[in-house]
Amino acid sequence: MKKQLPVIIGLIAGLVFIVQFFSPAITPIQERFTNWFIVVSVFAFVLGLTNLITINLQKIQRREENWPYSFPLLISLFAMAILSFIFGIEKGPFVWLFNNMMLPMSATMFSLLAFFVASASYRAFRARHKEAAMLLVTAIIVMLGQVPIGAAGVLQYLRLADITNWIMAYPNMAAQRAILIGAALGVVAISLRILLGIERAYLGED
Amino acid sequence: MPKKSLGFPTHTNKATLTVFVTVMVALFFSIILVSASHAQPTPRPPTNLGGEDTPLDAGGSVQLSWTASPDDTVGGLVEKYILSRSTKLEGPYEELSYVITSGTTSYADAGLIDEKGVIQITKPKNNINYYYQLIAVGKGGVKSEPTVIDQPVMAERQWFHPGRINMLVASLVLSLFILIFIWQASLGKELYIRPIAGLEAVQEAIGRATEMGKPVLFIPGIMDMDDIQTIAAVTILGRVARMVAEYDAQILVPTSRSLVMTVASEVVREAYLDAGRPDAFKPDNIRYLTDDQFGYVAGVDGIMLRDRPAANFYLGTFYAESLILAETGASIGAIQIAGTAMPSQLPFFVAACDYTLIGEELFAASAYLSREPKQLGSLIGQDWGKVIFLIFIIIGSIIAIFNQLNPDLISIKSWFEMQ
Repeated sequence: MKKQLPVIIGLIAGLVFIVQFFSPAITPIQERFTNWFIVVSVFAFVLGLTNLITINLQKIQRREENWPYSFPLLISLFAMAILSFIFGIEKGPFVWLFNNMMLPMSATMFSLLAFFVASASYRAFRARHKEAAMLLVTAIIVMLGQVPIGAAGVLQYLRLADITNWIMAYPNMAAQRAILIGAALGVVAISLRILLGIERAYLGED
Repeated sequence: MPKKSLGFPTHTNKATLTVFVTVMVALFFSIILVSASHAQPTPRPPTNLGGEDTPLDAGGSVQLSWTASPDDTVGGLVEKYILSRSTKLEGPYEELSYVITSGTTSYADAGLIDEKGVIQITKPKNNINYYYQLIAVGKGGVKSEPTVIDQPVMAERQWFHPGRINMLVASLVLSLFILIFIWQASLGKELYIRPIAGLEAVQEAIGRATEMGKPVLFIPGIMDMDDIQTIAAVTILGRVARMVAEYDAQILVPTSRSLVMTVASEVVREAYLDAGRPDAFKPDNIRYLTDDQFGYVAGVDGIMLRDRPAANFYLGTFYAESLILAETGASIGAIQIAGTAMPSQLPFFVAACDYTLIGEELFAASAYLSREPKQLGSLIGQDWGKVIFLIFIIIGSIIAIFNQLNPDLISIKSWFEMQ
């Protein structure tokens, strides 16, 4: 029963969502299921938070490797929580800390992307074989076609912007659609496997 | 002895009285004139109030439309409209507290719930005739004559969405193919599945991590459990964790959603139990980091640089963090297997990872790794679905070419349009 109950719940919930797509009349039931998901998520958030605090407290207690890093994490966590309870989340120190610490740190992580794009491009564009050489040529055309220098001087006669538009609108779009169609079919197949109880890996079964 | 007044006005008093009466009369007329100049004119009522059931819904909603009052112009008399409803033409009409501003010519009566979840306006009940009246309200709250709807309106629920019949047919045909092949597989028919390099490498990656005495890192995307890619990732996690348990290695699963952490924890625990090694399961290895996208990236990058996993799996939904994660993984020399159905992130994974599962391969991975006939049967059915789509694409392309020559020749575009 322990293994059957999740399958039955999954089957009922899955069928409600599928049927609702074709039958607007059962939208209220589907909305109720969605609300239940939010309720479950809230309880899960408590578990997540407990997990985070427990792991870091244990790290400090046991003096595990890199344990000092757990201090700023826990201090930040409790400080933000306490400040939000006292001053609210729309103004005051919580917003100040969010705008002046959280956002710049997120922006820093995001800006790392520029450097990683450069290193990944360097690896991907090395013309070691035929496909990589094609990728390299295509990338150069698309890059030049999207910057002013691609339409300057002698390069203007190559009409790189037009070639870029063609590459993006046809081969690139065709490949993206092929991926999306394949993924959509995959979604149907995995959904059926889960609904019928054939796929049970998420229950720890083969 | 002075003459006493007997109460009659003297000559002087007469003049005073005359002035007083004149002033009073003037004042009276002034007040009337001023009042008249401040009285607000009554706006003319809206016309042609009509209504119909809101289409393709679960009922409880009526769509109303009208022709605006002639005084409803920019800077005109009308400030707002008041809508009322009744189950009888003669009333009484219940005023609905919708805010219908001037310039509006249609409105849906579908009830109103405020921010605290309190019902302010009840929905119209299904299958009951309602009459509506609309009043234009001018400056100073002056109301026009009410306009009453000419025909009653009834809210109804729709049991079938006719605009999605094409999707229903396509889904049924595809499901039928998948079910046929699952059934054939269950009868013991030999099935051939084309090898997928990324999945063939899973065992190799876990074996390498075991030999090096380093952990396996599994990232199930950054979305929650309501995302199908996360569900696919969790099913793969079950297979990978089982292999990890059998090899006596360790698996780290940092998650960006607490619900995913809860599910992943159960999946890994069950996998260890199923492999006969429940004692080797470490609950602390499945941990929640943060919901914040780049906070999560920072946390995972930290884990990579500190724990130096030998095999990294990135399976699920990814956005801008895909390349940051994959490049950090590449920098520590880990063997990397990625899989996502996000077309915009696939190039990054292809560039930075050793193997990439593209789109459908992510959803096929768990079935492929299980080698169970029924699951493999579903993959064959999925491939046949692709054949059908391919046929439709070819037919559609031919018809599109002919349509360019003569648009009236044949039109099947509407067959494929979903509402």
